[in-house]
Amino acid sequence: MTRWLSEPLLAVDHLSMRFGGLVAVDDFSFVAGRGDITALIGPNGAGKTTVFNCITGFYKPTIGRIALARSGKIEATGVEALTRSGRRSAVSQTCDLYLLERMPGHEIARSARVGRTFQNIRLFQGMTVLENLIVAQHNELMRASLMTVGGLIGLPSYSQAEKLALDKAANWLERIGLLDRADDAAGALPYGDQRRLEIARAMCADPVLLCLDEPAAGLNPRESGELNDLLLSIRDKDRVSILLIEHDMSVVMKISDHVVVLDYGRRIADGAPVQVREDPAVIAAYLGVADAGETKASVGGGQ
Amino acid sequence: MDLRQETGGGLWEALRDAGAAALVTAGLSFPILALRTVENLDNKLELEQRWPLMFGAAMLVFFGRLAARVPGAGVAARWIVFVCAAFAAIYLVIDAWGMDADFPAPELVALAVALAAMVGLWLTAPFAATSALARKQQGARAFLGARSRHMEFAGVFALFAFPLLALWLLGPQGSLKWINNYGVQILIYVMLGWGLNIVVGLAGLLDLGYVAFYAVGAYTYALLSTVFGLSFWICLPLAGLFAAFWGVLLGIPVLRLRGDYLAIVTLGFGEIIRVVLINWTDLTNGYAGISSIPRITFFGIPFIDDDETGFAARFGLEFSPIHRTIFLFYLILCLALLTNAATLRLRRLPIGRAWEALREDEIACRSLGVDTVSTKLTAFALGAMFAGFAGAFFAVRQNFVSPESFTFGESATILAIVVLGGMGSQLGVAAAAVALIGGMEILRELDILKQVFGESFDPAQYRMLVFGLAMVVMMIWKPRGVVSSRAPSIYLRSRAAISGEHVGEGRG
Amino acid sequence: MGNFLQQLINGVTLGSIYGLIAIGYTMVFGIIGMVNFAHGDVFMLSAFIALIFYLALTQMFGVLSLPLAFILVLLGAMVFTGLWNWAIERVAYRPLRGSFRLAPLISAIGMSIFLSNFVQVVQGPRNKPTPPLFTDLIKVEVGGYDVTLSYKQIMIVSVTALLLAGFWFLVQKTSLGRAQRACEQDRKMAALLGVDVNRTISMTFVIGAMLAAVAGTLYMVYYGVVNFADGAAPGLKAFTAAVFGGIGSLQGAVIGGLIIGLVEVFFSAYFSSDYKDVAPYAILIVTLIFMPSGLLGRPEVEKV
Repeated sequence: MTRWLSEPLLAVDHLSMRFGGLVAVDDFSFVAGRGDITALIGPNGAGKTTVFNCITGFYKPTIGRIALARSGKIEATGVEALTRSGRRSAVSQTCDLYLLERMPGHEIARSARVGRTFQNIRLFQGMTVLENLIVAQHNELMRASLMTVGGLIGLPSYSQAEKLALDKAANWLERIGLLDRADDAAGALPYGDQRRLEIARAMCADPVLLCLDEPAAGLNPRESGELNDLLLSIRDKDRVSILLIEHDMSVVMKISDHVVVLDYGRRIADGAPVQVREDPAVIAAYLGVADAGETKASVGGGQ
Repeated sequence: MDLRQETGGGLWEALRDAGAAALVTAGLSFPILALRTVENLDNKLELEQRWPLMFGAAMLVFFGRLAARVPGAGVAARWIVFVCAAFAAIYLVIDAWGMDADFPAPELVALAVALAAMVGLWLTAPFAATSALARKQQGARAFLGARSRHMEFAGVFALFAFPLLALWLLGPQGSLKWINNYGVQILIYVMLGWGLNIVVGLAGLLDLGYVAFYAVGAYTYALLSTVFGLSFWICLPLAGLFAAFWGVLLGIPVLRLRGDYLAIVTLGFGEIIRVVLINWTDLTNGYAGISSIPRITFFGIPFIDDDETGFAARFGLEFSPIHRTIFLFYLILCLALLTNAATLRLRRLPIGRAWEALREDEIACRSLGVDTVSTKLTAFALGAMFAGFAGAFFAVRQNFVSPESFTFGESATILAIVVLGGMGSQLGVAAAAVALIGGMEILRELDILKQVFGESFDPAQYRMLVFGLAMVVMMIWKPRGVVSSRAPSIYLRSRAAISGEHVGEGRG
Repeated sequence: MGNFLQQLINGVTLGSIYGLIAIGYTMVFGIIGMVNFAHGDVFMLSAFIALIFYLALTQMFGVLSLPLAFILVLLGAMVFTGLWNWAIERVAYRPLRGSFRLAPLISAIGMSIFLSNFVQVVQGPRNKPTPPLFTDLIKVEVGGYDVTLSYKQIMIVSVTALLLAGFWFLVQKTSLGRAQRACEQDRKMAALLGVDVNRTISMTFVIGAMLAAVAGTLYMVYYGVVNFADGAAPGLKAFTAAVFGGIGSLQGAVIGGLIIGLVEVFFSAYFSSDYKDVAPYAILIVTLIFMPSGLLGRPEVEKV
């Protein structure tokens, strides 16, 4: 049995999102497995980013349920019980369950531990590379500073926590090769570095699920290769599951364990990369917008 | 006649361009400057004609614009020509129209200069473009951003020495003006600027009603002291807490709003507070205000001319009202330095970094689990608290408060200080407060101008006029403020300032 | 009932004036995203220009026909206020276009301080009582209450309606209106397609000022007194109206203006005239909390 069925971490059920008359996502369901790199693909305008925004709490879905297990695995009975209880989350011995559609955006990041990046990079441009990574550890540091009071009077425990945060940031900077630029403005970095920094920043918030919106867009082949290595190391070394939207098929096919294909807001295919590549519905959907060869070769979507 | 275009072209074009500018000036002056409404003896309005003024303004602009556009001249040369042209124009007009002594009245000549200065901005536009490069280099160097500890100590020491030095040099009579009008007055605005800087400069929330919290602080002390007889030292923290409480109360519903909506709501709130202060006469005594608020004491010892209990007697000094003023100076200095120290410290704590991150990108903040509403709320409440402290100080200094002191104009002035100083920069804000408030004080007493324009000339009348113009000119000169660069709150290896071009301004 | 009708008439009159000013705020905000804080003072300036024109026409040129004088005053005020706003945009805002967001705002606040003090200096600080115009009244008894409808009020509402219709035509049917809407959507793209963006923005300021001049003229006629400080309060309320109606929306500005006028009048009639200035702001705050983009504003879809 595949991992997304045996050990699901995220279960999206009957998700629909309407903007006025426009149906962006229509009765969409899928599951993502713990420890997998799950790719969400589809032609431009298929509703991928909308799904992301629903998962990360930026949109409230019109209908649907999004369940996430911070630890353990999702089981239907637990999810049903939580749904009926009307609460947001349930902690049990087998799993730490959250219903994301009931939570505001920052709570999803803080409690359910879903991290994300954005299609058009959203760094804190006027802050240094290092500061970006420190802000990502905000909640931990806030606790350490006793909601600022302890920090103001200079508690040693806060300095300790800050030092740990610095080490963590430095460690990530080393991994993405930006240690030399730690004290430069994030906005001054070249594009490819900004992409990697945004991923590192999301990782500094200790997510269990990392949602990446077109991380390879605009990267050259060398940078794209580095990105693949980074994502694989996040999966294998940090044990963080990844959900990614990507247009670059070379990235998708090379690194993902599971591919879900979306078209006109509906799921048209779901399975291992090889399976999906052969799927006639997928080929049809892509041929509708571009030549199959072109699709394979296209680097980055022009959304 | 595009303002931004290179100052090239032939003489003919320069002439044509200057002519067009002069025509526009004439058009602007025609109804409002050349014709003055005056009441006659029957209380009916009549028109007084002052055509020379209109021609004077037009000529001024003509020569000025010409000076700026004449091909092949250096910047300094242009300005010299412009100034000469201005004087020539004024005298030409006065002479050519053979006016008697008070026509045009000296004020009006001065006004023509002011009008010309407005159009003179036009002239500076091409120069501003050339200084863009210099600005960039300056940003990189960040001469005010990263400063040494020694400089800070020297600055603080100088501030503490200032009143004593003034007293020593000028004596009790002469130094009063300097310590009170310049020292205390400027420091109040420095403190208000620093307080608002937390809200606008760090958190990027545009607050147009900041003066409301200042008013809350002032009335808190005024009422608690006159009604319950509480001492200033008890009221000061209460005023801050009370203002912060109002900040939270207002903040909870409105901080969900973004961008300019927040600005208008805070503006509306400021107006509401003022209208309530005016009309709730049972509590606030309305327009008349609250008077005879207890004066400041030296931690309980009053500054009075008394052989037994007065401050001077206790400390073996000869009584002088200057003692109180000096004490007030030190009090506001300490309050301002407290604001500064708190802000600098908070910037290096997670909450401060979250404020700045919020200013840079609110959506990214949410994706990292930052609770944006409560983060904004703390910025709002803290900013309000410092305004509350400043308000209590204002009340104890004036021993009188009335709604007149808390108009939208005050909010605008404080905001202007923050923006002109460079959002987020403590030193820049202080510099802007010194320039704006000190400048206004200087304008108040430019008696020299009386010798130029005659006794009927009242410089105070032009104070706000010049102030308004100065705001426009300074914005065009430095849109990002005096100090646009940002000092990082934490660093790994080197602490270099970040150039202003990357720093965000917030959408909230 | 009679009182209600009377207040309704007064409210619509006041609301017409607010609506005319509010259009200037909303247009400028729509096209360059800037809150033009000087607009209230431009309105005040226009009232002075109208007063001066009226005095000049009646005293210097001996125009005796009131309707003719009124039309000439209106035209004169519109032209010269338009010129002023054109020059203001040129001097104080254009150099800051595309710069720091708060820079033009501060510049506008500076310009507002300058304008009110300029008028104070050149025209004097005292209230200027204007000659009474259109003084006839229509009295109707409704339910034992004398409802008066003055010619002034009829004139104000009809002039407003007429000019709004003309303005509507301008924005909807002419190439200038199209260029304006194009710039609102995407200034860069409009420039690429050959729209003269600078000219369009200048014209927006001129048109906004012209409508403010109509409001200024009507204000002068209605209240019979003008003062250099008269720009602030109506300016703030008109801005409130623009935000209330949904900033960027022209219909919204007019409707917002009417509502703010009505609220102010009814509040002072039925509750407390002391607190009448609180009512519009309080309603604004409440509306924005529950309807963040105003009555007719496009809802802001957060782009992630």
